[in-house]
Amino acid sequence: MKITDYIKDNILYLDGGLGTLLQAQGLKSGELPERWNITHSDVLVKIHRDYFDAGSNVVNTNTFGANSLKFDDNELETIIKSAMDNAKKAREMSDTAHEKWIALDLGPTGKMLAPYGDFDFEDAVNVFKKTVELGVKYGADLIFIETMNDSYETKAALLAAKECSDLPVFVSNAYGEDGKLMTGASPSAMVAMLEGMGADAIGVNCSLGPKALSGVVCEYLKYSSLPVILKPNAGLPKSVDGKTVFDVAPDEFACEVRKLIEKGVRLAGGCCGTTPEYIKKLVDTAKDVTPLPIKDKNITFVSSYTHSVEFGSRPVLIGERINPTGKKRFKEALRANDVDYILKEGIAQQEKGVDILDVNVGLPEIDEEKMLKTAVCELQAIIDLPLQIDSSDAVAMETALRRYNGKAMINSVNGKKESMEAVFPLVKKYGGLVVALTLDESGIPDNADDRVNIAEKILNEAKKYGIDKKDIIFDPLALTVSADNNAGKETLRAVKLITEKLDCHTSLGVSNVSFGLPRRDIINSSFFTLAMGNGLSAAIMNPYSTEMMQAYYSFCALAGLDDSCTDYIDFAQNLVVTSSATVEKTLEVGKEQYKSELQKAIVKGLKEQAAVLTKALLDTNEALSIVSEEIIPALDIVGSGFEKKTVYLPQLLMSAEAAKSAFEVIKESMSGTDNTSTKATIVIATVKGDIHDIGKNIVKLLLENYGYNVVDLGRDVPPENVVESTVSLHAPIVGLSALMTTTVPAMEETIKLLRKHAPWCKVVVGGAVLTQEYADAIGADHYSKDAMETVRYAEALN
Amino acid sequence: MGTILVKNYAPMPFDKSEILRYAQAKGKSPELDLIIDECIGEVSDKLVYKVCYGEFDISVDKPNIDFGFMNVTSCDLSKNLKDCKKAVVFGATVGIELDRLILRYGRISPVKALIFQAIGAERIEALADAFNNEIKEKYVTVPRFSAGYGDFSVYKQTDIFNTLDCGRKIGLTLNDSMMMSPTKSVTAIIGIKGERDNL
Repeated sequence: MKITDYIKDNILYLDGGLGTLLQAQGLKSGELPERWNITHSDVLVKIHRDYFDAGSNVVNTNTFGANSLKFDDNELETIIKSAMDNAKKAREMSDTAHEKWIALDLGPTGKMLAPYGDFDFEDAVNVFKKTVELGVKYGADLIFIETMNDSYETKAALLAAKECSDLPVFVSNAYGEDGKLMTGASPSAMVAMLEGMGADAIGVNCSLGPKALSGVVCEYLKYSSLPVILKPNAGLPKSVDGKTVFDVAPDEFACEVRKLIEKGVRLAGGCCGTTPEYIKKLVDTAKDVTPLPIKDKNITFVSSYTHSVEFGSRPVLIGERINPTGKKRFKEALRANDVDYILKEGIAQQEKGVDILDVNVGLPEIDEEKMLKTAVCELQAIIDLPLQIDSSDAVAMETALRRYNGKAMINSVNGKKESMEAVFPLVKKYGGLVVALTLDESGIPDNADDRVNIAEKILNEAKKYGIDKKDIIFDPLALTVSADNNAGKETLRAVKLITEKLDCHTSLGVSNVSFGLPRRDIINSSFFTLAMGNGLSAAIMNPYSTEMMQAYYSFCALAGLDDSCTDYIDFAQNLVVTSSATVEKTLEVGKEQYKSELQKAIVKGLKEQAAVLTKALLDTNEALSIVSEEIIPALDIVGSGFEKKTVYLPQLLMSAEAAKSAFEVIKESMSGTDNTSTKATIVIATVKGDIHDIGKNIVKLLLENYGYNVVDLGRDVPPENVVESTVSLHAPIVGLSALMTTTVPAMEETIKLLRKHAPWCKVVVGGAVLTQEYADAIGADHYSKDAMETVRYAEALN
Repeated sequence: MGTILVKNYAPMPFDKSEILRYAQAKGKSPELDLIIDECIGEVSDKLVYKVCYGEFDISVDKPNIDFGFMNVTSCDLSKNLKDCKKAVVFGATVGIELDRLILRYGRISPVKALIFQAIGAERIEALADAFNNEIKEKYVTVPRFSAGYGDFSVYKQTDIFNTLDCGRKIGLTLNDSMMMSPTKSVTAIIGIKGERDNL
């Protein structure tokens, strides 16, 4: 019988702890337990057999840490083969009548994935693939991914399992006492992602005892349409006379787990501290429980690596600003590979209160696949909102979806055959909520009924790919009302019909409706209100528009979606604050003399004021003269103060940031004109293996302020990449940073490679561990003890 | 094999003068003070305070120390552990959120990144101190010592991580360059001279 069929009608019993049993048999601290498959095969066979005899339907192989990071290829294969053999032998020896399967156990690699560590996502996928391939080769019945405490690594493992096998895959995560994974994911975020990617059962193991895990388990039961797994610890460990004991005994354990089986858990076993005795007790205790049916929860949601966003109650706001259409400055940023610009748009929209960020970086002259991947990775490194990946290029879409840490929104598919053939397989493989535009080969119908017909066609086609209607959200297309009087009305009718007749969710790019009309925000916001009134579930909109946000908060309050009008009150009160925010903060000027208010603002480190003052100055002064006569002299005051030790690092940075915000205003004003920097290009990077970058970012900020074109390659940068950029830009200066002694060799290697391929460039190094002697020893041209000194060095060379 | 235990702590009060010190700020200014308050406000409910630890019998034969799970050759550590028969080995972390904030503000406001960095340093020291003080209450101890101090090789982190099972216990990982993620973490050894009661 197939295990996936068996779970439909039965409780599936899993095994219990293994590591704790091996320790009891003499496994030493720090010894790799996977080697015991070979050296102590009799011990493993006995433990597996005891579990089968106790009533476990599934036994996990002793391969938790069996991966290519810990073992070479030969040893890895021998370990996995022996592990499978041990489990098979145990199954043959066990003569109990119940169904028995063997799961290839897959634990975390012990490495943190980038961006918080230096382990690349695809490298992680490849590590898991090797283990999965061997598990398949030696006869695993299923793959059991367990104890994962990071959502991204979980995704890598599940992707590997799916790409290298057709076996059922169970996925179980380890939650902390705060009910979240170590890297922050909530249960609903994990359910959204894992269900979307096609896991066969999902749930929870390790960390805590059954009682302490019940909150997380209930969240799983609430959101998951898949069977839910529970493998808790036997409580918490204690040390008694030098021995490890756990504080939940078999009886209590069985009793607590039974309660959760009664609530809907389908797969139950134990983790650390549990033994065959616990499993036997559990099987006996729960034998009379009739399994609850596994129901489709029919929840439409997407997720980031921290939380999920659900569609259905409150309208969901999708920020539209990361999109170059009609934005000159954005296009320039894309051409210049200026990712910071995108990140700032992301953060600003998050601060305005959007739920999801649309990400569109399509421009004919750039490599969209590369840019979209970069944008998604960089955004998800610093912003915890789910993303809507927006591209008409299926290759770019797949690359971005693969790297996305969660369940994304996918923008978009439409009723054309070609579009559905390109997009639906991606939705099926990576999971996602896909935006479906109600247009097809014959265009956009001018009436609502025909748009609904296209929606139905799309639903039917999606079904063939195994995509459920909860994972499709329809965009019935807002057309320009100035071109067709009925455009607004028909779109609103389509929203209503799709919501009521098809029982599906809808989304609209609201602002199209006002094209060609004056004061577009006025009509956009009214249209938005009407659409929400007709059942609109989400809108792609401009969160910087006060009118749109007013419409949103008012609607929520009026539609009973805002308890005690809390959010509305918050919003409305802040509006008042913003309009009176022009009241200047009082400054203690003391005896200091400043040439102008702008200089004062920069020296004092007042970002907002510096921007406002620059804007005002632009009315009467040339942009370049503001730079040379106001901003740079102000920076010099602070810079020399820093060198004289009268100004300290945080103040220096505050001034640099204030100067930067002044520069941003100037850049904006010069957008489109030829304002190419006259100063050199400087390539900077934190070297391979090093994930710290505060120092490097400080250097970057200061160099930019002094007018250099800084190309920041980021952290953990391989020597080849530094060389490649230096050569392609013919950069005269390269700055390298390292924090720890262990990464100085990588710095040395980078310098050597630069000497070979870019002999013209000067290399300046810095970072906590470096000294003049160290810098000399590794062949650097210059050692900078701080960021100001790098600026002075560059100025001297220029 | 020693039992590896896990402890969660309640947040300790923030020490702003320490934060200023870690941020290399010698003088105070109202603007900077405001930023520090903002940063503390933004991070305080996002931190965890987790420690995993075990007690091990050790034998010191200068410059070699046998911990059972690893052998260390280090003059500095053996000097530190002189007269100790046991040691507590621990890993501590305040979690990944500070790394996120440092990364986020590194892109938009390096001064805030610097302050979060300083807050991280202050937090993890406060956590290590809290744990260390508990051990001190029970035992007569020597000052804690970490891999990477003096001639105690930082590469011994691998053995410490394997033994404490830091990944599983508190979500702490180690890369090939011996850097820890989350970065605001420490591991250390506290030598034990004897029980408090027996002295």
